[in-house]
Amino acid sequence: MNNGTVVKLIDVHKIYRSGEMEVQAVCGVSLEIQRGEFVALMGASGSGKSTLMNLLGCLDRPTRGQYLLDNTDVSHLNRDQLADVRNGKLGFVFQSFNLLPRTSARENVELPLLYGKHQLSYPQLRERADRVLASVGLQGREEHHPSQLSGGQQQRVAIARALINEPEVLLADEPTGNLDSRTSVEIMGIFQELNDRGITVIMVTHEQDIAAYAKRNVLLRDGLIVNDFAVANRHDAATEMERLARSTMDEDK
Amino acid sequence: MRVGSTLNVAFRALRRNKLRSVLTALGIIIGVAAVIAMVGIGNGAKAQVEMQIASLGQNVILIFSGSTTSSGIRTGWGGAGTLKIEDAEAIRREVSGVIAVSEEVRSTSQVSAGNQNWLTQVLGESAEYLDIRQWPLADGAPFTPQDVRSANKVCVIGRTTATQVFGNDDPVGQVLRIKNVPFIVTGVLTPKGLSALGPDQDDVVIMPYTSAMKRVIGGTTLRNINVQVGDARQLPAAQQQIISLLRQRHNVRAGKDDDFTVRGQQEIADMATAQSKTMTLLLGAIAGVSLIVGGIGIMNIMLVSVTERTREIGVRLAVGAHGRDILTQFLIEAVALSSVGGIIGIAFGIGASKILSIYASWPTLISLTSIMVAFLFSAGVGVFFGFYPARKAAALDPIEALRYE
Repeated sequence: MNNGTVVKLIDVHKIYRSGEMEVQAVCGVSLEIQRGEFVALMGASGSGKSTLMNLLGCLDRPTRGQYLLDNTDVSHLNRDQLADVRNGKLGFVFQSFNLLPRTSARENVELPLLYGKHQLSYPQLRERADRVLASVGLQGREEHHPSQLSGGQQQRVAIARALINEPEVLLADEPTGNLDSRTSVEIMGIFQELNDRGITVIMVTHEQDIAAYAKRNVLLRDGLIVNDFAVANRHDAATEMERLARSTMDEDK
Repeated sequence: MRVGSTLNVAFRALRRNKLRSVLTALGIIIGVAAVIAMVGIGNGAKAQVEMQIASLGQNVILIFSGSTTSSGIRTGWGGAGTLKIEDAEAIRREVSGVIAVSEEVRSTSQVSAGNQNWLTQVLGESAEYLDIRQWPLADGAPFTPQDVRSANKVCVIGRTTATQVFGNDDPVGQVLRIKNVPFIVTGVLTPKGLSALGPDQDDVVIMPYTSAMKRVIGGTTLRNINVQVGDARQLPAAQQQIISLLRQRHNVRAGKDDDFTVRGQQEIADMATAQSKTMTLLLGAIAGVSLIVGGIGIMNIMLVSVTERTREIGVRLAVGAHGRDILTQFLIEAVALSSVGGIIGIAFGIGASKILSIYASWPTLISLTSIMVAFLFSAGVGVFFGFYPARKAAALDPIEALRYE
């Protein structure tokens, strides 16, 4: 994958109106993210990081300003055009996984393909879904329903679903918010691995030590970027896993 | 999104909530079954009436004597005695297209044979009568034109009369006393069943009208004249000719009312079928109401389903579903519920009408049209009542849908 700007926000505003009240959720954010970056968006609740994430995810349109995704202006697209952008260029991972209940892992992963531009045959769908599931370590779990999977496994299914259309950007909204610390490290491991393969990852989190797995941290407050820096002491998930394993062994002794 | 996967997704969603799907479909099943059965009963009744009207004979015109008023009491048709035997002969002679004419008189008389007696309808007719009514004999022979000319004491009898008076004996050749006048039974008619308006048509004795007038009833005038025309297209012309011929013969001045009534068979049929049509419509409408109630059930469940699956809708929208895809998915679910319910309902409806015709001996008639209409209507109910919930689902905002708890 070549380098270059994949996400470019130019003075983006988002204002919500509820009756007489106007809420400035994002007020004048400019941000550039290069291909292959791993960015953590940080901030307290109400800082506008979720709104920014929705804008980046093309789930919402900015009130003012411009959003160039992969050099295409997506600020003024309509509902269906945004849906096509989400389907083709973006992958979503949510805090609460958002898998379809009583539906197998494979079918959950196939979901974006059903709404894709290219119509695949059922064997093709299945082959692709199984390949991506294997890449996140879920070989042999294709037929399992979400209720039969652990939280970490469910989040892996969600990651596989986000990856199935080979997106430009993987967007994760508090991906470890519902997971214990060990599973969180596992998921961060997957993100780092994907990032090493060249996938751009943008992740919202309020946890300092989760953000430390990213390469770059962007701090928001009151709808504005207040800090933007490269992570100095970056956590490495593989090392972290080893450390966790050692400490468990110590406890056993 | 392709049709196959949309169908697949919709059916999977229905299977996930089996009991709920079955109960929802039940509303439509009952509605459609009711429509099928009710319209079946209505159509059955209509068909029976039409068959009975047809049994009056083909292309028949009936001419009744006018009614008369004496001391303020009006008699029914035939009471005035304005029709003469000569009128019938004139019609036979002068009206074009006429192939058969039967002079008719009737009375209710006590008949007896051996130690049995029975009150029955006595008809005096010409020898052509049985041909006009297309009423063959089961046994024996009809009376002849010669019998009519000579006013012979012969008669044919209906099945009911035969059973009541002669029991299991063969009536042909036996003596039947009508108002104490002995008649020879020459034949027994095939059973014709109940008439459109109720009376048993087989409870009858038919004899030459001459014999009836001379020996049983008395009088010189006819109750009515049955005229049969060879071709249906000649009916209106023949009817007009009869009216002007009779007006001329009866010296009815221009501007005065006819002293007789001419009825085409079609008019009688129209009256009778109009009644049964009204009944079919009424039954169908009542059943239709239950179908609409079933539709409201579908709408209710679809609204619940949309609310419950808000997150699912959010996920689908987030990964690239268009509003149209969501709309189609929920619409297909609603239509699947209603049309599967429709198909089962049709089966139940057919079953119910079969049971009704066997155990309650109500005639039922299920036409392919009523099945098609019921099916399309149930699918239509699905589209109509499914559209609002489906549109509501499609219009959801993905962000809010994903956040929905």
